[in-house]
Parts: sequence; C-alpha cells; structure tokens
Amino acid sequence: MSQQAVNGVQSRGKVLTLDNMNPNVKQVYYAVRGPIVQRAVQIEKELKEGVKKPFTEVIKANIGDAHAMGQKPVTFLRQVLALCSYPELLEDTKFPEDAKKRARRILEACGGHSIGAYSASQGIECIRQDVARYIEKRDGGISSDPDNIFLSTGASDAIVTMLKLLVCGEGRDRTGVMISIPQYPLYSAALADLGAVQINYYLDEDKCWGLDVTELKRSLNAARQHCNPRVLCIINPGNPTGQVQSRQCIEDVIRFAKEEHLFLMADEVYQDNVYAEGCEFHSFKKVLFEMGPEYSNTVEMASFHSTSKCYMGECGFRGGYMEIINMDPEVKAQLIKLVSVRLCPPVPGQALLDLVVNPPQPDEPSYATFMKERTAVLAALAEKAKITEQIFNTVPGITCNPVQGAMYTFPRITLPQKAIDKAKAEGQAPDMLYCMRLLEEEGICLVPGSGFGQREGTFHFRMTILPPTEKLKIVLQKISAFHLRFTQEFS
Amino acid sequence: MSVLQEINPNVRNLKHLEYVVLARRANQIKEELQQVLAACLDPTLVNSDKLPADARQRAQRLLGGCVGGSVGSYTATAGISEIVHRISEFITRRDGGVPSHPENIYISPGSQWALTNILKILVNSKSSSQTAVLTPLPSHSTTSLSITSLGAVAIPYNLSEEQGWALQMEELHRALEFAKGLYNPVALYVINPGNPSGHVQSRKSMQDVIRFVSEKRLFLLADEVYQDFVYGEHEFLSYKRVLAEMGPPLADTVELASFHSVSKGFMGEGGLRGGYVELVNVDPAVMKYIFKKFSMDACAPVLGQLALDLMLNPPQPGDPSYPLYNVETRNIKTAVANNVKRACEVVNSLPGFCCQPVQGGAFAFPRLYLPPKAIQKAKEMGMQPDTFYCLRLLEENGVFASPGCEYGQKEGTHHIRFCILTPEDTMEELLGRLTSFHTQFMKDFS
Repeated sequence: MSQQAVNGVQSRGKVLTLDNMNPNVKQVYYAVRGPIVQRAVQIEKELKEGVKKPFTEVIKANIGDAHAMGQKPVTFLRQVLALCSYPELLEDTKFPEDAKKRARRILEACGGHSIGAYSASQGIECIRQDVARYIEKRDGGISSDPDNIFLSTGASDAIVTMLKLLVCGEGRDRTGVMISIPQYPLYSAALADLGAVQINYYLDEDKCWGLDVTELKRSLNAARQHCNPRVLCIINPGNPTGQVQSRQCIEDVIRFAKEEHLFLMADEVYQDNVYAEGCEFHSFKKVLFEMGPEYSNTVEMASFHSTSKCYMGECGFRGGYMEIINMDPEVKAQLIKLVSVRLCPPVPGQALLDLVVNPPQPDEPSYATFMKERTAVLAALAEKAKITEQIFNTVPGITCNPVQGAMYTFPRITLPQKAIDKAKAEGQAPDMLYCMRLLEEEGICLVPGSGFGQREGTFHFRMTILPPTEKLKIVLQKISAFHLRFTQEFS
Repeated sequence: MSVLQEINPNVRNLKHLEYVVLARRANQIKEELQQVLAACLDPTLVNSDKLPADARQRAQRLLGGCVGGSVGSYTATAGISEIVHRISEFITRRDGGVPSHPENIYISPGSQWALTNILKILVNSKSSSQTAVLTPLPSHSTTSLSITSLGAVAIPYNLSEEQGWALQMEELHRALEFAKGLYNPVALYVINPGNPSGHVQSRKSMQDVIRFVSEKRLFLLADEVYQDFVYGEHEFLSYKRVLAEMGPPLADTVELASFHSVSKGFMGEGGLRGGYVELVNVDPAVMKYIFKKFSMDACAPVLGQLALDLMLNPPQPGDPSYPLYNVETRNIKTAVANNVKRACEVVNSLPGFCCQPVQGGAFAFPRLYLPPKAIQKAKEMGMQPDTFYCLRLLEENGVFASPGCEYGQKEGTHHIRFCILTPEDTMEELLGRLTSFHTQFMKDFS
C-alpha cells in the first residue's frame, strides 16, 4: 500500500482528504477512547513485549466497564442467555426452571426461535411490552405504552438517533442542544458530528454538582443570540460527576423545559447506581406525570436506559432502550423509518434487557442467588464510592465531591502554574499532561477533565470506581502519591 | 419495513423468515456457533461435558481475547484484536494471497452500520452542492435511506435487466454526468452479488468500474455481504482482489471500502449484528477520523464479533468437525442451486412472468407483465401494481414476496422479489402456490 503512486498519477492526491471529508467529523472528540487510551494500549503492548516499566499492568480506570475490572456477570442473566443461544441446554437439569421459562419465552418471540434472526427494527414486541411493564412498576403505576419503547444498540445509539431527529436548521436557526458541563462526551461528540450547536450549562461543583435553574436560564438566553435552542440533555445520576438530582431539581428542570419549549432528553442509565445517604433516583417520567396533566400532556421527552451499567455491567451486549413521551405522531413515523436503517438492535442485548426488566421474583428458584449477587455488586460500589471520596480528600490539592451515584469520581485537582505553563507550551490541556504523566509513571489510565468540560481555569480527572476494592485502594494511594510528586516537581 | 407491512397490519408482525429458514438447514455450522456462544456466555459450560470438546476449546480461546474474560466487557473500538487479525487472514486467503492489514478493518454492528459511518465521512454538508452517491437501481432501500438520512442524495444508475441486471458503463457515465450537473458526487456504491438483482459481476465488469472510479475520482463502496452465495459457473471475486490484481497505479490509488456481514451467508445470524469494513488506500489522516467516528459507537456487540470469527474461520480439512461441515455446506449449496434452477424454470414457464438468471445472492427478482386491467385495479386502490399483486399473493396464497417498486425499477415495469434460500421442499411449495396464484391472477384480469 504505497503512499505515492507511479506512472504519471503522482500529482493526483487522494479522492478522500482532510479537506473534502465531512468537516463535522473533524470536530468529533470522544475523550473516553481518546489519545490517552491509545497510549495506554501502546504501553500494554510494550509490557507484553517485555519492556521494563515501573508497573506490571495498566489499570484502565478510564472507561465504565465493570467486567473488564473483574466484576463477575450475574449468574441468572448468563444462564438464560446461554439457554437462548443453545436451546439444547433446555434439556440440561443444571439450569433452573425460571431461567428456562424465560429462555423459552424469549425464543418463542424470536424469528425461527433463534436469537440469530433479525428482529423488528423497534425491537421484539414482547420485550418492549416487558420494558413498558417494568417502567410502570418502577414509576408507581404510571402507564407506559410499548409502542413508545424503542430498543437500541446501547443507550448511545438511541441518544444519537434522537439527536439526529432533533437537529435541523441553518445559521442562526441551527438547533442548539443544552448539555451539562461536565458531561459524558458522547453528547459533545454527537453534537459536533451532527453540526448542532452545543449550549453549555454549568453544574455547581461547590454544591455537589447540583443543577440550578438560574444557570439554565443564563445559558439559554445567551444561546438564543446565535442558535435555536430546542433540546435539553440531562444525565441523572450524572456522568462524570455522580450527582443524583433531587426531586425538586427534576421538577425545576421539567418546568423550565416546558416554559422554554425544549425537548427533554433524560439519560438515566445509572438509575440503579445510587449510593449516598438521602439520595434517591427519581425518574423524569414519574416526576413529569406527578406534576399533573399540564405537564404530562405537553412536555416532550425521551428517557434512556441501558444494560451496560447498574449491577449488570454488560457493556459488550450493546443493549438499551428509550421511551418517548408526547412525541408528535408524524415525527414518530419518521423515527420508525430512521431506526430501520440499523436493521435491528442486537438480539442478545434485547434478550438481556428482557431479563433486567423481568428479574427473578421472590417465589422463584434463582431469586436468592440473584439478589445476593445484585446486592453485592451495588454494595461494593457504594463502599468504593465512600473510600474514594475519603482518600482523595486527604490529599492536599485534590478535592473530591461525594460520589452520590453512577460509577465515577471527578475530583478537582490543583495544578502548579509551572505545570499549566508547560502544558500550554506543548499545546496540551494541563490535565491531559497530568494524566499522561500518571499513565507513564504508574500505569493508571484516567481521563482528563478537559475531555468532559469544566469551568475555565479548573482541572479534573475522571476515574472509575470499578476496580476491586483492594486494588482500588492501591490505585487511590498511587494517585495520591503521584499528585504530591507532581506538585513538588512543578513547584 | 416493506410497503406491504404498512398496508396490511397482519404483515407487520411477520418475522424475517428469509434467512432463518436456511439457518435451520445449516445444522452443524449453526450448532457449533450456538455451543461456542453458550460456553462464552456461561463459562461454567467450558468445563462441562455437555458440549463437545472443540466447541469448548474455541470458547475458551475466544474468552481469552475478552477483557476480564467476559463477553460483557467493551472491546477495542475496531473489535477484539485477535478476531480482527483473523479477519485479515480470512481476507488474504479468500483473495488468493492479496495482503490485508488489520489496522484497516473495523468490526461493526452489521455491515449497514459500517457503511453509514463511512458515508458519514464522505458527506460534506459544507460544500457548495449536496453530496451525491451513485447507487444501483434496483436496490435495497436501506442504503439509499442511509444516504438521505445523512443529508446526501442517492443518484440511481440503472442496471440492465436484459443483460441479466448487469452494470453498464455507459449508464454509469450518464448517471455521473447527471449528478455532476446538480450535486457533488463523491462515491459509487455497488452491491455484488446483487440485491435484489442476483447478478454476479464478471472480473472485466469490475475492472471497468475500478477504472471508472479512478478516472472520475470517486470513492468505491463495495457491499459484498452475499459473497457466499454464487451459483453455476459464476465465481465471486472481491473488489479488493480485482483491484490488487490490476497492479499499480490503480492498485495503490483507488480508494475502496468493502463490507461483509454474518447476517447473510451460511450463518444467517442477522440478529447478532456482526459485520466489518475493510478500507483500502484511504488517506492515513482520514483514517484517524474514521477511528474517531467508530469510537463514538464504543464497539460492536461481542457476540456478533464472535460469530464473525466463527463464520470466517470454518472447520478446515483435518479438523474433527470438517467432514460434517463440508457435507453440510455442499448440501446447502446444492439445495440453493437447485432452488435457483427451479425458481427460474417455473417462473419462465408462466405467461406474463420472466426471470433473469439468478447468478448469486439470496433472491429471485422476476419481472411481471401485468394485464392492463390489473394495473387499473391497482390504481383504483391507490397502490402500485406490483404491490397489489404481492398483497393478493400474500392474502390468497400465503406467500410473502416484496414488490419491485420498493427497490426501484424502470417506469412501467413491475417485479417481485422472493427469497431462494429456503429448504428445497419449501421452495417447491412456494413455487406451487405462486404458479396457481399467478395463473388465476392473470386469468382474473385478462
């Protein structure tokens, strides 16, 4: 594959170049899989090749991947999926009856009784029905229509699909989408990709990353000068910040969305990951409906969930869904058309989702083990959330808000001016310099706060709380020690 | 979604039977995939004697490539590295030794997903005129839908029915000239073997296309998902291979993306969502952004990646499962070849019905010569004549065929598309019902 052509074709450049490719894609930056991760992968290769380093493994605390960090899959989920994958096993006595029952039901709903068959683009109907029932139960009986449920390839797929539908207009009329700062960079990447206008609203670090409506108003009014704001995205529990919004806050956001005529996108993939005392997950839909028909009949909303987080951590299945509320029927018809381009979401992911919304009941054989495993995972995360906050707050120069939920900590780091200057001279974000150093010295891979957005002049990093407790403690100590060294070096 | 599904609510719940029926036939291949996936999902099965040893070993090896030994972990953006390597080895084997580089391969949730990502890179909304991609007519609608949903326009080039749906160079030239007048054409999309056309391109035709894209400076998108289904004396040649064998300068300069998938072929595992794209001669600077684009999707579903690996690395001579695998694939090929023969025979024997030779792919796409009364009736009912035909066919004889209007066809012509990847007895049944329906229909509207 030579770079240069021969025989007179030399003067021709490539057909597809940086200059004529989609300019929007050039703006895409997805920090979670960005340059620091690429360097981490390279280091892993070097370690494998026997290169000597101050560490023997790279700890990838950059990505919310529980299994990669040693979390064990929930037995029941995998049993049913194995049965679905190889139905002969339904004859095997080692599998419990409740697992078999669910497997049979899922297979019955699949084309040709196989999870290998395409499904309808919106997702297998009986699974959408199960999802609707789960939502109803979760939300205290508020009804959910299976036809408003769209299964997807992870929540990300549904989020991007919704944004595709929402983004339009030219120039000053271009759709503006409000996203929190800090945010999960899928949003900023998708907005860049779609050429939408990103509207930043800042979460309040001093108030445990709380959301204030006055900030929403400020941000919206400023944005109205140069775009057409139509969407408000909120992640609750938050990523990277972990804050669990209060019910009052959620009501305020809904009220704001109604007043300002915004489409609300509620990313709730961490809904089971709530740890802090006094914090509770309130679904946007539930709060919306409890605010009465003036709101529940008018506010247009999509809420998102996934099989990648919570207690399951099954990222590799790419399972998820969105529920749409009050969508214009004609737009919904277009949405149905749009999702058909993907053909269908992965059926194993759909099956997995079905189990998440249909877990073993108290009277079923797998219940005890299932609950034990689920509780253990969530309890471990809660413990790790506490330890993380405690340890980081003992380090001068690191301030860590309580990790109320989700899977991450996003501590603020004070960087010496010399380090900031060095980074700037090298054309690098200061927290990227910090994280790269940490990676090279300790083999710990984090994502710099600049990848998520932060107030000008502040620096952060995002670390997952997923490594096993003992390993996590070591990681926390190493980062603490590194921070002191780094501060010393650049003082 | 088929037009029929919009009209007939009962059809809405119809599952996609086309590929499933073939999968039921591929017992050994399918069973091995099922066993390996089951052991990967529930690793306690790796040590159980319920599964054959080679399936367990395969599962163990695959799990070794998964982070944390779990199929629930994310993988690298382009896919599990060992699998990506094996894909490149498969491609090299398939293409008679033409080298394939793992860094040019991305595994995706199905080939359409990868195609959309590449199209995304190609579509330049900031250029003065709208991006255009040349697409075949007739063509499956998913690709044109992808193109339009990205804000670009699909410009059809007509395949020549009289020449067995062959691609005609003059028609490519015409379509491009037309496009140039109004839009910014950047790419040519070909699907070989064709859907719904069933045409398999000759090497010469492919060379002409390659010369065309080189001369006209277009990016070539080659959809090759039906490469396992080629009949008679026809041979599948990949665009990559033909390009490489044309030597420099074309081999080093023509920019190509070729697509494959587990959804078709002997596996037919569309639900697992496993596919890949191989990029050839793409500017390294652009490749960086292709990586970024794919990284937003996290990664392809792990089970889909595993299925891809199994599909592209079937039992080899010497493996214990080879004899059975060999027999089964031969049987499938024979059965499908027979289906093709029977379908063409039967259709061509009926008045007002004519089928071009089905050289490859999953479908027959015969032409209907409908009586004026039928066309009139369809008009009165507010639907296309071939839709009317297909609806009647479904309602009266329980055969699901899709109307040609869904794929695009020359004005005034009508077609239907039906799947030929069925067990032989199902094909006979289908052809029997089609015959009696068609005969009656033509009589009713004479």
